[in-house]
Parts: sequence; C-alpha cells; structure tokens
Amino acid sequence: MISALAADDAASGARAFGVFDQVAKTFPAAARGAEPVVALESVSYELKQGELVSLLGPSGCGKTTLLRIAAGLTRASSGHVVIRGREVQGPQEDFGFVFQSPNLLPWRTVLNNVLFPMEIAGRNDERARARAMELLDLVGLGGFAKSRPHQLSGGMKQRVALCRALVPGPSLLLMDEPFGALDELTRMEMQDLLLHIRRVSGTTVVFVTHSIAEAVYLADEVLVFSRRPGRVIDRIRTDLAYPRKPELRYTAAFTELERRAGAGLGVVHAG
Amino acid sequence: MPDRLIRFGLPVLGVALLLLAWHLYVVVFDVPLVVLPRPGLVWDSLLKNWRLLVEEGWITLLESFYGFLLAFVLGVPLAVAISSSRVLNLMFYPLLIATQSLPKVALAPLILIWLGIGIESKLAIAWLVAFFPIVVDTATGLRNTPAEYLDLATSVRANGWQTFWKIRLPAALPFVISGSKVAITLAVIGAVIGEFIGSNQGLGNLMLVANSQVNVPLAYAALVGLAAIGIGLYAAVVLVEVALKPWFGEAGHT
Ligand SMILES: Nc1ncnc2c1ncn2[C@@H]1O[C@H](COP(=O)(O)OP(=O)(O)OP(=O)(O)O)[C@@H](O)[C@H]1O
Ligand SMILES: [Mg+2]
Repeated sequence: MISALAADDAASGARAFGVFDQVAKTFPAAARGAEPVVALESVSYELKQGELVSLLGPSGCGKTTLLRIAAGLTRASSGHVVIRGREVQGPQEDFGFVFQSPNLLPWRTVLNNVLFPMEIAGRNDERARARAMELLDLVGLGGFAKSRPHQLSGGMKQRVALCRALVPGPSLLLMDEPFGALDELTRMEMQDLLLHIRRVSGTTVVFVTHSIAEAVYLADEVLVFSRRPGRVIDRIRTDLAYPRKPELRYTAAFTELERRAGAGLGVVHAG
Repeated sequence: MPDRLIRFGLPVLGVALLLLAWHLYVVVFDVPLVVLPRPGLVWDSLLKNWRLLVEEGWITLLESFYGFLLAFVLGVPLAVAISSSRVLNLMFYPLLIATQSLPKVALAPLILIWLGIGIESKLAIAWLVAFFPIVVDTATGLRNTPAEYLDLATSVRANGWQTFWKIRLPAALPFVISGSKVAITLAVIGAVIGEFIGSNQGLGNLMLVANSQVNVPLAYAALVGLAAIGIGLYAAVVLVEVALKPWFGEAGHT
C-alpha cells in the first residue's frame, strides 16, 4: 500500500505534500456505562508543499487529536494520513512537533533541550551544535544557551521549544496552540518570528489555534472545525501576500476573513 | 535581615524555651535524678564524656549510613526492574507494599541470631527499614513520568533505553530524594534497635549501659548524640536535594 502510494506520487510528480484521507478518531469509553468519545469525524485535506495551514476550532473539537495523528503520536480509528508518499504510522524523522506547553526538560540547559532530538538521533555533533546556536540566536536567545528552563519566561520557553522542533531541519512542522499561553504582545512577536522562520526554511506547517486573528494572520489556508465531533465546516484561503506585516490586521480584507471564520465558528452571523 | 533573624532565631528560641521548661519542671517538682536529670547535668555529662560519645556515635553513624547506602544501591535497581517489567511488577509490587506495613523491627531478634552481635546485624536491620521507602518512592517516580515528556520522547523517536536514561530516570530523581529522606531517618532507628537488642558498641548500647549503671545523665547525653546523628544524616540528604534544585527548576516540571 505504501509503495503503491509512493509510485502514484512519483508518477504525478510533486503533487500533494500530504494527504489527510477521511481521518476519524473515536476514543473508547473512559468508564463502564460511559459513551465512547467521537473526537474527529472524517477529516480530509490535501496539504501542499510549503503551505501553512491553520486548524481553527473551539476547545475540545479534536484539533490536538488530528495533529497527533498527523505526527504519528496517536493512531487514527479510520482513514489515514500520508506525508510525502508514506503513510504515517509513527513519528517520522523529518517531523517537528511543538507542544501546547513548552515541555522543556527542566534538568537540561536551554542548549541541551534544543539538542535533545539530535542526541536521540545520534547526530549531536559540531554541526548540530552550531545549528542549535544559530537557531537560538535567530529567536533572540543566544545569550541563554546555558540557562535552565525555570529561569526563562513563558515566551522564551516557547521559543526554545520552537528551536528544538526546528533543529533537525524538519520538512513538516506540527504546532499545537504553541502561543496560546502567551500575552498578546509576545504572541504577535512569535507569529512574526514563525513566519520568518518558515520563509527562510521553506518548511510546511500545520498550526493549531483557537484564535481567529492568529489563524488568519499566519495561514495560507484556514480550516474551520465544528464543535465535537470535529469536522471541517469551512476552508478559507486567505490569499494575503507574504511577508505579512502587523498593519495587515487592520485592513478590510483581513477583517472580512476574520468575519468569515467567525461565522464558521458560529460566533458572528453570516451575511 | 529580619527574615534571617526569624528563620534562625525562632527555632533557637523554641529549643531554649523547651530547655527552660524542662529545667523548671525538674526544679519546681523536685523530680528525682533517675527519672529526669536537669538539662545542666546532661550538658555536664556531654562535656565530660564527649570522647566516648564521639567514638560510640561514629559506630552508630557508620551502621546507619552504610545500611542506608546498601538500601539505596539495591533499592533503586529493584525499583527500575519492577517499574520496567510488567511481570516483575505484578509479581513483586503487592508483596513490597505488604512488607512495607510489616513491623520490620520484629525481625531484629531473628537477624541477630543469623548475623551475630557485630556490625553486620545492625547494617542488616538499618538496610531492611531503609530499603522499602527507597524502592517504593523510586518506583512511584518511575511510573509517573509526565505524559508530555513521554510524548516528546516518542515524537523524536527515542528507543526504550534512551527514554529511560534521558527522561524517566532524571524525571524520577526528586522521588528518589524524597524516599531517601525517609530512608535515612529510618536507617538510624534501625541501627539503634539493632544495638538495643544485642551489641557491645554504639550509642544504643551506651544508653543501655548507662541505664544499668543508673548514670541517667549519660543516657540522656547518648540520646542527644543520636539526635545529632539523625539530624546530620537528614541534613546531608537535604544538601543533595538543594544542590539538585537548579536541575529541576522550582516546580520540577515545566
Ligand atoms: N487520550 C484520550 N482519551 C480519551 N478521550 C480523549 C483523549 N484525548 C482527547 N480526548 C477527547 O477528544 C476530544 C478532543 O480532544 P482534543 O484534545 O483533540 O481537543 P482540542 O481541539 O485540541 O481542544 P483544546 O483547544 O482545548 O486543546 C475531547 O473531547 C477529549 O475529551
Ligand atoms: Mg488541544
């Protein structure tokens, strides 16, 4: 099946980078007598190379679940995810995952947290260290390489987590509400930082958020999810030019996109 | 400065008040010496017998410390074994919990019969009482690795070995330390019980000898020595904990 898909992919040239094919997930009942939880109900999407997709939806609609399935951390109940011609059955070497919490290891220095994936892969060499330092410099934390996580603010921790996901040079970056716990100002800085990194690295990004403005500001395409069980109820191509500037937030085009996403979520009335 | 004064001054004041109450009680009610000597007499005895107390105390200290060390060296690997193998866990964990509630002191006379009245039997009793808190706490730490850390390990495709050394073991370290705190205190108790039951050295033995000679102040002086050993060993573990603090951050979890 995998080889068939690979052949198919090769035949059609650089078609889709990734395919979500009717991905569904039902969690078994937590207790006897409880209902099983249908977290996702058939999500399909074609991810293009270099694209940034926002998954936008209310809390509990299955965004994390979908991201984890794409990352190979959770198995889908049915359907499948194919990335670069290979069905995802476990974490892949060229995936980077940024968790909802920074999830840094407190006993490691900042630099060694960033190097963690390289260490695990047995590639913790001079080049890896140079790249880690380069990334830390890029996010403005070059001076904190030897600090420990508890000495950093929330925004700084999340930047370290971003470096850790980027250090192996992933072709796919999966981000789960990475800026959700940050204040508005830091959050906007982080969004610009992400767009910058994505432009220089060309990596494909799937970005989960429940902020309408964030989803629209970052994405090429916003997938709006219904309440649980999650389904895609609207797909919004933003068609806003990159690089994006903060002023963009106050344009008519931007507010119109926000309004449409809000209508999908049911927080504003359509029309 | 006032904060410092409060943190160090108040405990000292507490001890001073206790000593004063003790002194007044003995004087006012004219308590006989055999029942309770005045603090001053205990102090005199401490000064007069300090050499003896240090010599005997050193033996008790070694018995406690080596007993603890043995418990640590054997306990941590056992905890690793039962928390990484389902079979071993099912086989031994219930037994371990059950043994923990057993009064292990009751085994002391048997141990004395097996190992004689030398240092070996004290070591064995100290080891026995210190062993369980270390195993149980370490095992608890090892099976309660935060799920996010394990997700991180999975996402970078760490194998079982790497996950153990780089995630599970360091994440369990605070538990190992809290188990050690309990264990080291128990080890001192274990060693003294061993000395009580049969020995010709150590502070526990000195207490018995002093009692039989009705040298009550010396018995109390030996008690002070035991307290010093207990507090000293506990403080040593706390020092290790403080040294590891930067390792784990304030909450120990980010
Ligand atoms: N491991 C699990 N076992 C059982 N149920 C789960 C599990 N993980 C998630 N769920 C359920 O699946 C649903 C979707 O969860 P998910 O975490 O994907 O939501 P989310 O969209 O990421 O929400 P949020 O925005 O609050 O993070 C929830 O109702 C949740 O209770
Ligand atoms: Mg979530």
